[in-house]
Amino acid sequence: MPGTVVTITSGKGGVGKTTATANIAAALAQQGHKVVCVDADIGLRNLDLILGLENRIVYDLVDVVEGRCRLRQAMIRDKRLPNLFLIPAAQTRDKTAVSPTDMVHVCNELRREFDWILIDSPAGIERGFRNAIAPADQVVVVTNPEVSAVRDADRIIGLIEAEEKGPARLLLNRLNPGMVRNGNMLDADDVLELLAVDLLGVVPEDGAVVVNANRGVPVALDEKSRAGQAFRNIARRLQGEAVPLMPVEEDGSLWRRLGRLFGKGD
Amino acid sequence: MTEGAPKISIKGFREGLLVTIGDGAPWEAAEQTLLGTIGKRADFFRGARVALDLGSRPLNAAQLGKLRDRLSDLGVTLWAVLSESPKTQDTARTLGLRIELGRPRPGRVVRPIQPHPEGEEALLVRRTLRSGMRVAFDGHVVILGHVHPGAEVVAGGSIIVWGRLRGVAHAGAQGDREAVVCALDLSPTQLRIADLIATAPPDRDKPLPEMAAVREGQVVAEPWVLR
Repeated sequence: MPGTVVTITSGKGGVGKTTATANIAAALAQQGHKVVCVDADIGLRNLDLILGLENRIVYDLVDVVEGRCRLRQAMIRDKRLPNLFLIPAAQTRDKTAVSPTDMVHVCNELRREFDWILIDSPAGIERGFRNAIAPADQVVVVTNPEVSAVRDADRIIGLIEAEEKGPARLLLNRLNPGMVRNGNMLDADDVLELLAVDLLGVVPEDGAVVVNANRGVPVALDEKSRAGQAFRNIARRLQGEAVPLMPVEEDGSLWRRLGRLFGKGD
Repeated sequence: MTEGAPKISIKGFREGLLVTIGDGAPWEAAEQTLLGTIGKRADFFRGARVALDLGSRPLNAAQLGKLRDRLSDLGVTLWAVLSESPKTQDTARTLGLRIELGRPRPGRVVRPIQPHPEGEEALLVRRTLRSGMRVAFDGHVVILGHVHPGAEVVAGGSIIVWGRLRGVAHAGAQGDREAVVCALDLSPTQLRIADLIATAPPDRDKPLPEMAAVREGQVVAEPWVLR
């Protein structure tokens, strides 16, 4: 069965696309699948850092597209998980080095070998974004519970619909339960009402994410981290499993969230 | 026709038939001829309204009354008698008949009812507008869906949002201050009608359908009440 291409995008920068890509990929690999992640953020590559693989880069995506190497040569195998691979971006070039068609060709080749191909999209709505969604079978939009992130997410969801890659699913990242309780932060319901898309998952704010990023370890491999647990759940939902949302608060709101999980949107 | 038989002419006009009986022959003969003529074309005359022009013949009530009855037997309604004879005119009046034609009937002018109002051109958009989307149209615009913040609707006419209006709406964009903006939840980031700009007051608890219009030079939102 050919692999599935999932593009992780957001519009807004800094909301957690790269973290999400790395961690969902790690969780899928840990759950037994053959996974490759592709860093489409040419010129501002980060995925290699988060996975701790930066000093193993010899060839990158632009080398493949421009024919200087074979696809296999640009793949870097993860240190911890034998069926997790990375195709890094080029750091010395920019988004114009690759076209949407190039991306489709590369992914078609990758589909033959991998169960999951995750594409880390750059921020923005221009060429980099278009490159990233061109080969997508599914699109995940990452956002934070914060007005400018949500506004940009709405824009990007509209563009995804216009490119006929919809419907997108939402990953709400960096939810702070204490701030939600105090009424200082949007909660998942607020965000879903504003965006009117299905929810893929909610990842709570967790210091472990930053600590692990600095060490080059995906937090999804950390059994004790709540964010890690959330990413592991998201990986299972991508496979079609109905995993209940982790309770953000210890009250009856779990049941409402179950309703949301099954795509009741707003 | 025998010599001396009165000439009878029948003419149709707007108010029915005008039967003219020539002068000359005595009334009895004339009446016989008239009734005979009508009798011969009974189908044509049945239900007809007839005005009689009797020329200068003087007729009394008995004569005119009898004629009316005979005509009625044939299904003909006598409604007017024209005559130069004052006696005939009096008689006619006594019997309730008109003595002249062409007077417009009082009162009832029946105009055809206009059952179908003419509308105005409108654009229907059956989707939610997300941030960055824009709809522009010369006439009216109806959105079946929400208008998210960052989306824009520009209309020469009015704007109706069957959903939440949270973006920018500009009605009467070509200068029409009569244009209105309606929404099930009127919470735009900015609302413009013609050359006037307004922002929404801070969030209410419960959204309710409202209409924004220009009243005395200001944009005012009124709750939509079904009258």
